[in-house]
Amino acid sequence: MAAPDAPAAARPRPRPAAPRGRPPRKSSTSAAMLLIAPSIVFMTLLFGWPMVSGVLQAFGGPEGLTTANFSRMAQDPYFWSSVGNTLLLIVVMIPIQFVLALAMALLIRAKPRGSSVYFYIWAIPLAVSDLAAGLVWLTVFTDRGYLNSVLASVGMEPVSWLAYDNYASMFMAVLIAEVWRATSLVFVIVVAGLQSIPKDYEEAASVFGAGFWDRLFHVTLPLLRPSLQTALILRTILAFQTFAVALALTGQNFPLVVGETYRWYTGLQDANVASALALVVMAVSMVTAIGYLKLLRDQSEAPR
Amino acid sequence: MADISIKGLHKTYPGSTELATNNVSLEVAEGEFMVLLGPSGCGKTTLLRMVAGLDFPDEGSISIGGRDVTYLPPQDRNLSMVFQSYAVFPHRKVRTNIGFGLVMKKVPRDELEKKVAWAADLLQLTPYLDRYPAQLSGGQRQRVAVARAIVMDADVLLMDEPLSNLDALLRLDFRAELKKIVQQLGSTTLYVTHDQVEAMSLSDRVAVMKKGQIAQLGHPITVYEEPADRFVGGFIGSPPMNFLEGRVTQQGALEVAGQSTDAPEFLARSAARSGGLPVMVGIRAENIYIEQRGAPGTLDATVDVVEPLGHATLLTVDLGGQVIKVQVASTVRVSPAEKVGLRFDQAAIRFFDTETQLGLTA
Ligand SMILES: Nc1ncnc2c1ncn2[C@@H]1O[C@H](COP(=O)(O)OP(=O)(O)OP(=O)(O)O)[C@@H](O)[C@H]1O
Ligand SMILES: [Mg+2]
Repeated sequence: MAAPDAPAAARPRPRPAAPRGRPPRKSSTSAAMLLIAPSIVFMTLLFGWPMVSGVLQAFGGPEGLTTANFSRMAQDPYFWSSVGNTLLLIVVMIPIQFVLALAMALLIRAKPRGSSVYFYIWAIPLAVSDLAAGLVWLTVFTDRGYLNSVLASVGMEPVSWLAYDNYASMFMAVLIAEVWRATSLVFVIVVAGLQSIPKDYEEAASVFGAGFWDRLFHVTLPLLRPSLQTALILRTILAFQTFAVALALTGQNFPLVVGETYRWYTGLQDANVASALALVVMAVSMVTAIGYLKLLRDQSEAPR
Repeated sequence: MADISIKGLHKTYPGSTELATNNVSLEVAEGEFMVLLGPSGCGKTTLLRMVAGLDFPDEGSISIGGRDVTYLPPQDRNLSMVFQSYAVFPHRKVRTNIGFGLVMKKVPRDELEKKVAWAADLLQLTPYLDRYPAQLSGGQRQRVAVARAIVMDADVLLMDEPLSNLDALLRLDFRAELKKIVQQLGSTTLYVTHDQVEAMSLSDRVAVMKKGQIAQLGHPITVYEEPADRFVGGFIGSPPMNFLEGRVTQQGALEVAGQSTDAPEFLARSAARSGGLPVMVGIRAENIYIEQRGAPGTLDATVDVVEPLGHATLLTVDLGGQVIKVQVASTVRVSPAEKVGLRFDQAAIRFFDTETQLGLTA
């Protein structure tokens, strides 16, 4: 620690009856401030300022502050369908991703032959950008794509998977692409979490008569809760921001909220409404994260 | 209730070339209390894990109550276990930790509560029932592990050093309690310990292990008094058995430290045949008596160190260049550098082969 601490620590002063014997505060405030000052400056420049200007922009108009941007946003016909699509995607996708990631992580832990190879294969999508992932799946689902070729080769009619009037298949295509792309994040977090749980607990459970599902629900999942919580928060917030995959696959046919931000900004050239939308996404993300933290908080509050 | 029959267990851990258990065979009768004793790393936990089904042997078989369970998963064996690492679930309160096995067995709620209360009372855990393991001391956590195991009424109870982390007084208490409980439950018990007093006091039989093998199996007193080989004699007892290099002459005299006494019949006979026989003489510290230097039948020796232990006094004595331990009553007054005579209790002397280290008997 900083040098100014040393003399203070070396000669303990008699403290005036401190409330409930807290350890004495050793570090002087100025030294601490000095140490965190660079990061505060950077945070202000890189996060604080853009955020403030974004908020100002969202509420900004020709005649000073206004909420007109928000009403324009809400009146746009695409807005509510994009909200609906985003929510539907999240509600369907996240459980699928968690079940898949958990299953894959448990398989890896069972250490089958070549398990480390599986790990890398399953983690690869982590490195694929979302636009690239969307384009990859476009080659599968597009009218003359791989899927239709396969169908044709077994003598079936090709289907316009991504057509505007084929909502279900369009949704499925986006879902599959997103699951493929983003499950690996959950997977990596869950693998790390599983590795930190000693095998003893599951062994003890099995000795006391717990089968696979009992062990999973009574031991593994509860012990995995911190990892699951992290993964859930990250995944949900990122899912709100899903955008490029849907854009690559469907253009504007399957609007998502962040896609709308992009459309307002580039297509409609209205930075104010785009900022308003971004602000809504941010607010929802924050509320969700806090909600998860509260909901999934370890009631025991007992450190391990 | 069930007996355990272990036959020819071989186990090598992956990535290791040494056998963790090497051809271990063991029959534990129904309701018997069998203690496994041995130095660290000799394969006690490994053996227990295979009986539990947490590891599978490379070779050999295990059956419980006549049923071959060698490759059966643990949950199908109806046993319970105290882990050396406790393995108390950190996310469950003491209460639900103790009741875990009963919940898995779908025991009715009121019976479950009664049993948990009983076990908690027995192990003095009642004040901590609503705490999480992280809020307990190491010894309390260990007691939770023991409580969780004894509520199960399992056919087979496996305990891996269940009292290792308790203070001496508690351990003394629980030792007696445990003996009572296990007798009540009638479970067949395999119990690992490093504590020899525990082994002696609890066990019906002791299996002393060495490098993955069972060196001796028998009643605790037999193992103590008649160790099958030098290793067992040197491992069991505190202080361990003294070993002296000696020689039986063709004339039937036993020479130790340049002095000679009579050798037992059977050794004298084989020495007469072979023309002298080197032997290892083993004798426990409490079977050696201090007398006047030069008294008939004693060996001349010099006291090196005097350690009063309270209930007795431990002497380190130099006997013609070989150092041995002698335990005498605390009333005996001796001082360092004193020249004394040692009398060996002839009936308590054991002989070992100098090469095979095995015990020599008539
Ligand atoms: N998971 C493992 N992988 C590889 N080797 C192991 C493993 N577990 C134990 N061993 C080795 O097997 C041998 C027996 O170990 P074991 O745990 O059975 O000893 P132990 O008798 O229980 O010792 P202690 O009294 O210290 O608990 C040791 O040499 C140990 O290093
Ligand atoms: Mg062990």
